[in-house]
Amino acid sequence: MTGAGRAAGDLERREAREKVTGRARYAAEYRPEGRLHGRPVPAAVARGRIASVDVSRALAVRGVVAVLTHENAPRLAAPQDPTLAVLRDDRVPHRGWYVALVVAETPEDARAGAAAVEVVYEAEEHDVVLRPDHPGLYTPEEANGGHPAVRERGDPDAALAAAPVLVEAEYRLGALHNHPMEPHAATAEWRDGGLTLHDSTQGGNAVREVLAGMFGVHRRQVTVVAEHVGGGFGSKGTARPHAVLAAMAALHTGRPVTVALPRRDLAAVVGHRAPTLHRVRLGAGPDGVLTAVEHLVVTRTSRVREFVEQAAVPARVMYGCAHSRTAHRVVALDVPTPSWMRAPGEAPGMYALESAMDELASATGVDPVELRLRNDTDREPDSGRPFSSRGLAACLREGARRFGWEGRDPRPGVRRAGGVLTGTGVASATYPVLVNPSRASARAEPDGGFRVAVNATDIGTGARTVLAQIAAEALGVPPEAVIVEVGSTALPAASLAGGSAGTASWGWAVHRACTELAERLAGAGGRVPPEGMAVDADTRGEADAEVPWARHAFGAVFAEVRADTVTGEVRLARLLGVFAAGRILNARTARAQFTGGMIMGAGMALTERSSIDVRFGDFAERDLAAYHVPVSADVPDVRAHWIEEEDPHLNPMGSKGIGEIGITGAPAAIGNALHHALGARLREPPFTPDRVLAVLRRTPPG
Amino acid sequence: MEPTAGSGDPADAAGATASVVTLHVNGVARTLAVDHRTTLLDALRERLSVTGPKKGCDHGQCGACTVLVDGRRMLACLLPAVAWDGARVLTAEGLSEGGRLHPVQAAFVARDALQCGYCTPGQVCSAVGVLSEAAEGHPSLATPAGPARTGGGLPPPVRLTPEEIRERMSGNLCRCGAYAQIVAAVGDVAP
Ligand code: FES
Ligand code: FES
Repeated sequence: MTGAGRAAGDLERREAREKVTGRARYAAEYRPEGRLHGRPVPAAVARGRIASVDVSRALAVRGVVAVLTHENAPRLAAPQDPTLAVLRDDRVPHRGWYVALVVAETPEDARAGAAAVEVVYEAEEHDVVLRPDHPGLYTPEEANGGHPAVRERGDPDAALAAAPVLVEAEYRLGALHNHPMEPHAATAEWRDGGLTLHDSTQGGNAVREVLAGMFGVHRRQVTVVAEHVGGGFGSKGTARPHAVLAAMAALHTGRPVTVALPRRDLAAVVGHRAPTLHRVRLGAGPDGVLTAVEHLVVTRTSRVREFVEQAAVPARVMYGCAHSRTAHRVVALDVPTPSWMRAPGEAPGMYALESAMDELASATGVDPVELRLRNDTDREPDSGRPFSSRGLAACLREGARRFGWEGRDPRPGVRRAGGVLTGTGVASATYPVLVNPSRASARAEPDGGFRVAVNATDIGTGARTVLAQIAAEALGVPPEAVIVEVGSTALPAASLAGGSAGTASWGWAVHRACTELAERLAGAGGRVPPEGMAVDADTRGEADAEVPWARHAFGAVFAEVRADTVTGEVRLARLLGVFAAGRILNARTARAQFTGGMIMGAGMALTERSSIDVRFGDFAERDLAAYHVPVSADVPDVRAHWIEEEDPHLNPMGSKGIGEIGITGAPAAIGNALHHALGARLREPPFTPDRVLAVLRRTPPG
Repeated sequence: MEPTAGSGDPADAAGATASVVTLHVNGVARTLAVDHRTTLLDALRERLSVTGPKKGCDHGQCGACTVLVDGRRMLACLLPAVAWDGARVLTAEGLSEGGRLHPVQAAFVARDALQCGYCTPGQVCSAVGVLSEAAEGHPSLATPAGPARTGGGLPPPVRLTPEEIRERMSGNLCRCGAYAQIVAAVGDVAP
């Protein structure tokens, strides 16, 4: 069963009308009386220090109210996250690091003021290029998500040496940028010693903690509001410099200030997906059954903060085998600080692993779907724990059926029509089940209505709608009877919208509060007292309890591509995903999450390319004209389906997270389809015309 | 358009740095002095509190700021407000006068053609523009070449196939990837 059915809640998004009529307000759209505009000044060298700053010309620009630099900015406590330590000292750790903020009456004045700030740098030699033999490479203590950097089982070297079939391949992925459509922005206002911040963030509670700490006020004096957020994809998962700058400038000037970052600044200051170099070795029998898996990842971080993209982690989850080594090494360079981007670890890691699996299919002559079925496992290979549920095989079979995989001619490079070659490919998808403790309150009103409050953030996932469904189900009332309040730290504290954990985390607390409320109401004979009846819930100790299972969502993605051998252009004809992610709570918002992720995966495979400018030391592709996110014409046919999964070991709703898994299978599926089309393999996305033509020149198709 | 006295700022050779213009925004005449550097997008958002048009890039690269100017879809971030005295500007707010959704907006809601919503007002305005462009026979890259037209008269309307819609809507980025739903919504409203 896929699609509708039990996932009955196919409810219209609660905020849809506000959004289509332009009435939904985002962080930069709050205009408290007297509001000013802040424009940051990015550093123009990749490494060094500020020798001097002359702000006199900037201050003379009409409308400029203040210029903040490290010399005069309010002194704040040191943040735990050093990427937030803006305007504290004269160090420039990477190009694009903010060195000043101009505050002015209008955006035009602020921009002119920023252009007039004169910064003299003492530049130092910079080192920005990731190489597999970089002498600074080291093994970190752990990779993102708290994963151990290195894991080893059995004797991988011996097993690989003895394997009848050995696949050995290197894959390279460049940096990628989140680029949510709403650039990061915050509007800050101090009043009576308290700060109100309208922020474009995925989690207001964490931003509140950070700002309260830095500004030395109690958390109760800080309110962070994020009513509508124009996407984040990880880049708004933690407090970002714009929020600190806005709060600083508002304190300094005594007036409300909006800091809305220019698009071209984002690549340097809000995180990005770090480039990763992969070496994968698969040892298998002639039947394609794996004996050994080795996945070695080399990546880079900044000198500001260590962030290690955990790209070797999916190899610890995916396929059964007796011998395995998965390891990460990292080097700190003079580059912007990488951070979370949709499915950190899984997105690049599954590209490499699933491409290697396709190479193994070619090497053994086993059908790629069948190969994955043969290597299915009911225990997580690395931990030995049983999966709470694992729908990979069902997804592969259902996907193959829907895609029309059966009868596929495995020969690569033979489907030619004029100058165009066609191919199909498949890849598995996976994402872990994460959940965080949260609080929520539920209240019965004497008029028969219900009110649920939780500081969830709706970054486009449909959180309001799904939480209303969860509440309504627990209360036994129609969803229309439930008002859901989200998006402010004035509400019960909740975890961020990230790690695909939002619905599970918030929903668990909402479910608990509503279940208890329903019980108390029943105990009172269904009568609501005149003052109403309220229940608070906190899932600490429950949602974060250790469990004996390995919990992951799985999926299978199928792609069909057409490659033009004359122009080198690759067009995506079809992309079809089938996912097993527990119970799907709302069909329409779930489909949007799956397909949205798949489209971002298509971008990763075909259009999104970022490179470091070696001379200047930062990203060359900083705006949307140079960094190509997929447009409608790029993704003509993207479909998502799902397998209903009953898994009692998740949360009261039985759901797994769905926000990220969509991106994890698509890039390899597209790469594998491209190999099937061309008969030659590209191992470095995106598969842009220059790269396709280069490979065709080396290996012309048959 | 009335130039107003300049501040003497040497950057402003003409001596005037702002001019008074009248913009007819969602059917209401709004007269204001605009800084000559102000885009129509900033005039709407920062001066007139019309924040439906979004700033996604400020460089004509994303479509989030799409509005209808004298009936045509345009990127408000690329238009100097001073050059549009007397223009009729329609935004997503103005499409739903009196609380009734425009058919395109209703289709977006019904098809769930939005996620974070930041691209949505621009998508909606762009879709309204697409409908009239197609009705007027404007071809796109996806339009099959018709027989050569000799005489005068109006070109025949272009039928909005999904391929036509995708092509014509490709100036409006949606990082959330709501494209399939957007194409379906526009298709629902197309004749
Ligand atoms: S804001 Fe105008 S096109 Fe992006
Ligand atoms: S709905 Fe988020 S960018 Fe389109």
